[in-house]
Amino acid sequence: MTNHFTLRVNGADHDVRDSWLGESLLDVLRDRIGLLGSKGACEQGECGSCSVVIDGELVCSCLVMAASTIGQSITTVEGIATDGAPSDVQRAFVDAGAVQCGFCTPGLIVAVHSLLESDGEPTETEVREALAGNLCRCTGYGRILEAVERVVVERRR
Amino acid sequence: MAVFVATDVESAVQRLDDRPDSVVLAGGTDLMVEVNDGRLRPSPDADVVAVNRVAELRSWRHDSAAATVTIGAAVTYSEMLDEPLATLAPALAEAARTVGSPQIRNAGTLGGNLGTCSPAGDGLPVLAALDASVEIASVAGRRSVAVLDLMKGPKRTTLEPGDLIVSFTLPVVDGWQGYAKVGVRNAMVIAIASTCLVLDRQRQRVGLALGSVGPTVLRVPAAETKFAAALDWRTMTAERDAVQAFGDGAAQTAAPIDDHRSSAEYRRHAIGVLTRRLAARGLDTAGRAA
Ligand SMILES: Cc1cc2nc3c(=O)[nH]c(=O)nc-3n(C[C@H](O)[C@H](O)[C@H](O)COP(=O)(O)OP(=O)(O)OC[C@H]3O[C@@H](n4cnc5c(N)ncnc54)[C@H](O)[C@@H]3O)c2cc1C
Ligand code: FES
Ligand code: FES
Repeated sequence: MTNHFTLRVNGADHDVRDSWLGESLLDVLRDRIGLLGSKGACEQGECGSCSVVIDGELVCSCLVMAASTIGQSITTVEGIATDGAPSDVQRAFVDAGAVQCGFCTPGLIVAVHSLLESDGEPTETEVREALAGNLCRCTGYGRILEAVERVVVERRR
Repeated sequence: MAVFVATDVESAVQRLDDRPDSVVLAGGTDLMVEVNDGRLRPSPDADVVAVNRVAELRSWRHDSAAATVTIGAAVTYSEMLDEPLATLAPALAEAARTVGSPQIRNAGTLGGNLGTCSPAGDGLPVLAALDASVEIASVAGRRSVAVLDLMKGPKRTTLEPGDLIVSFTLPVVDGWQGYAKVGVRNAMVIAIASTCLVLDRQRQRVGLALGSVGPTVLRVPAAETKFAAALDWRTMTAERDAVQAFGDGAAQTAAPIDDHRSSAEYRRHAIGVLTRRLAARGLDTAGRAA
């Protein structure tokens, strides 16, 4: 059984025609709409690699029922870069060496943007707490924290 | 069959009544785990009724005359951390802060916590210790039930098909309240043992609720009464022995099991420690304010 609906993703409307009732937003983004930036690793809210912003709130898209987001505004990692140029957070991740295998990176980029929008001067403890839902198996987090710090300093100027 | 995004309580309960196998969806942080695992497939003859855009469920209100705060079932944990709600319901804010991660707190709700009714649900000991009442709506109308009467066992409530949890009403306590939890790390962890303590100075009443150490959240009436009698409510102080006995009483009431997260023995020990720690913290804080 399928259902038809329209989702607003990164400012554009997408018609979703062949999704099954209950399908997660993560699967609809990747398999129906073709936005492959959001990653799926655990599909149970543990890793944060599927993080997106819905109406201003950072959530795990694997735990969102896609059809329940009709009429809401969804931002994925693809919606963060403007005109194809990387954002300051994306650049800082590359510069700080915070990207290794890269699987966690899209989720972290979305999470860091969301954090810095609500608090431009987070302490290290606040950054750690804010990123506690984003697992990285490669970097050991040190370079990720460094990347966030670089953005904070840069934005101060 | 469809996902129905409700915008008011009446249409939500009507939809639940029209299609008896329908399920309520709030933040999805429990429900979608089941769906993704294939353990739950919404029935083809039923609806998914999404309630996280129902204004009444998404808001809270303070009734200062009654000294209560009523929190909508779909208010998220993140919203419980915001002022002024966090000051009106401090133990709830403390519990909310321990839930999952920012992503989970931005979606997860108190209604979903009770709907799932895990003995480890972090919101539930707070509701139990405060003797919260729950407003429930169905096509038959609205009713109010004590939260303790709703929690039946692991993942079991006395809610009937067609029932929608609308809100929780808790007293705004003159005194002290706190929540403490033990887990393997600081973030993203299901409680191995948890406690919520309420010291209600005006009513001279002690409320203690235990999580993760029984089929559902437990209260400890005998130890509560004994500790309330041993407390000097004017100065908010107690003898060391009374605090010790309170912790022992709580640990004895706990009915923990061994599982993959911990042993029964450790859980019982943790309940004693958490209870004494909260009591010491509460008396210290409230005593200083007196
Ligand atoms: C990674 C992760 C970490 C987590 N960590 C914690 C934690 O630390 N502590 C904790 O307590 N929980 C934790 N949880 C579990 C979950 O987040 C909570 O239980 C949360 O409160 C569920 O709320 P929800 O709105 O997401 O519920 P949903 O998943 O939407 O619903 C859960 C159940 O309640 C029912 N329901 C929801 N709202 C209503 C209503 N208004 N009326 C009637 N029935 C309703 C649903 O039908 C469903 O059966 C975690 C979950 C994940 C995925
Ligand atoms: S895939 Fe969503 S949190 Fe892991
Ligand atoms: S870079 Fe590999 S998981 Fe983070």
